[in-house]
Amino acid sequence: MAKIKFVLNNKEIEMDENPNLRLLDVLRDKFEFTGVKEGCGEGECGACAVLINNDVVNSCIVPLGNVNGKEIMTIEGFSETKKFEVIKDAYADEGAVQCGICTPGMIIASESLLNKNPKPTDEEIRIGLSGNLCRCTGYNMIVKAVKKASKKGDGLW
Amino acid sequence: MVKNVIPASLNEALNLLNERPFKIMAGGTDLMVQRRAWSQTPPEFNEDVLYIFNLEELKYIKEEDGYIVIGSTTPVEDLLYSDLAPNLLKEAIGIMASPALRHMATIAGNIGNASPAGDTLPILYALDAIIVLQSVEGVRELPIDEVITGPRRHVMNQNEIIKEIKIPICVFTDSVFEKVGGRQADAISKVSFTGAINIKDNKVLDFRIAFGAVSATILRRKEIESKYIGLTKEELIGRVDDIVIDYDPFVRPIDDQRSNKEYRKTVALNLLRNFVITL
Repeated sequence: MAKIKFVLNNKEIEMDENPNLRLLDVLRDKFEFTGVKEGCGEGECGACAVLINNDVVNSCIVPLGNVNGKEIMTIEGFSETKKFEVIKDAYADEGAVQCGICTPGMIIASESLLNKNPKPTDEEIRIGLSGNLCRCTGYNMIVKAVKKASKKGDGLW
Repeated sequence: MVKNVIPASLNEALNLLNERPFKIMAGGTDLMVQRRAWSQTPPEFNEDVLYIFNLEELKYIKEEDGYIVIGSTTPVEDLLYSDLAPNLLKEAIGIMASPALRHMATIAGNIGNASPAGDTLPILYALDAIIVLQSVEGVRELPIDEVITGPRRHVMNQNEIIKEIKIPICVFTDSVFEKVGGRQADAISKVSFTGAINIKDNKVLDFRIAFGAVSATILRRKEIESKYIGLTKEELIGRVDDIVIDYDPFVRPIDDQRSNKEYRKTVALNLLRNFVITL
């Protein structure tokens, strides 16, 4: 057990917990943020992506001990922002969502990319989302959606 | 009784390491996968874990006395955006893993994990990186090839921590990092290749070759490299067969779930050949 403090979706949290716990399990089981999905469980599919200090990470391989003092944002927290509205509309317009299990992670990775690079090229979008697997769309619609979000959300990022 | 600790300072971490053994966790991108248990359960550690990733005093990239010095908990993604980081290192980081992993992964983790397939290791070998180890007794500096002794084996003492990595600043007129894996992102290398050369006034002044995942540790042979110093570029290209023959006996990959030894060896030597003939 160890004292761990962090900010989760803009709320300050203090826990006395085993730092070995996977952030993924803490988010889903203790806080019921089930938009964070478990796919591969070993950092390869991106379904569990969340933002830590605005950067995308895979919460299935982040131990709780590594988030001490950090700001975490899940898809639930991010869905209350204007940037989310822009990305969500772009994904809907371009048909970038099919079964939906990769979508929260895709949106988190899109946000992390746009934060660093507000006007990414197609190639940069593919690299930015390279850690997120989608088995439905074939990716082209997702790349188009991020491009559209970047254009429509001009000035937001 | 298991007692995992999140130290508030490097000093506290060093004192704890001096008291009892710990497994040191940096970004966790290797360790969390290796110790993975069932879904909804924490990874399995038999030893206490020391969480050093958030020690801000070990996060830096600076230039000092002819070296680029990288603090051990600096995420590799930070190096991508640094003007100081060597280009060859950036090239390797740019194609390793994915953004989500690069925000957590550290070069020190590649060293501590000591996998022959670690993506940044061939670069550290090619650039003659020096690893600075710290304990309560002080610091010691070792060249990378003396730190890693075999697959998952290194010479670090139980009370030591990787403090920083020092990379001598050097000039190359041409360099490449090639990685062959099952998927472009997030793949563990089947084989990787690093070549770097400095040619001035049509004379080879510096020639360095390193391979990943073809032997128990990263393969670099300085005695082979030195045979080709002083040649002109054309002479070097003309001797490509000799170069490949020189490396052939040292390229001794294994069969595993990612690839087999015949494939690995063929690809490794082809990458070497391609580097030389396209100079």
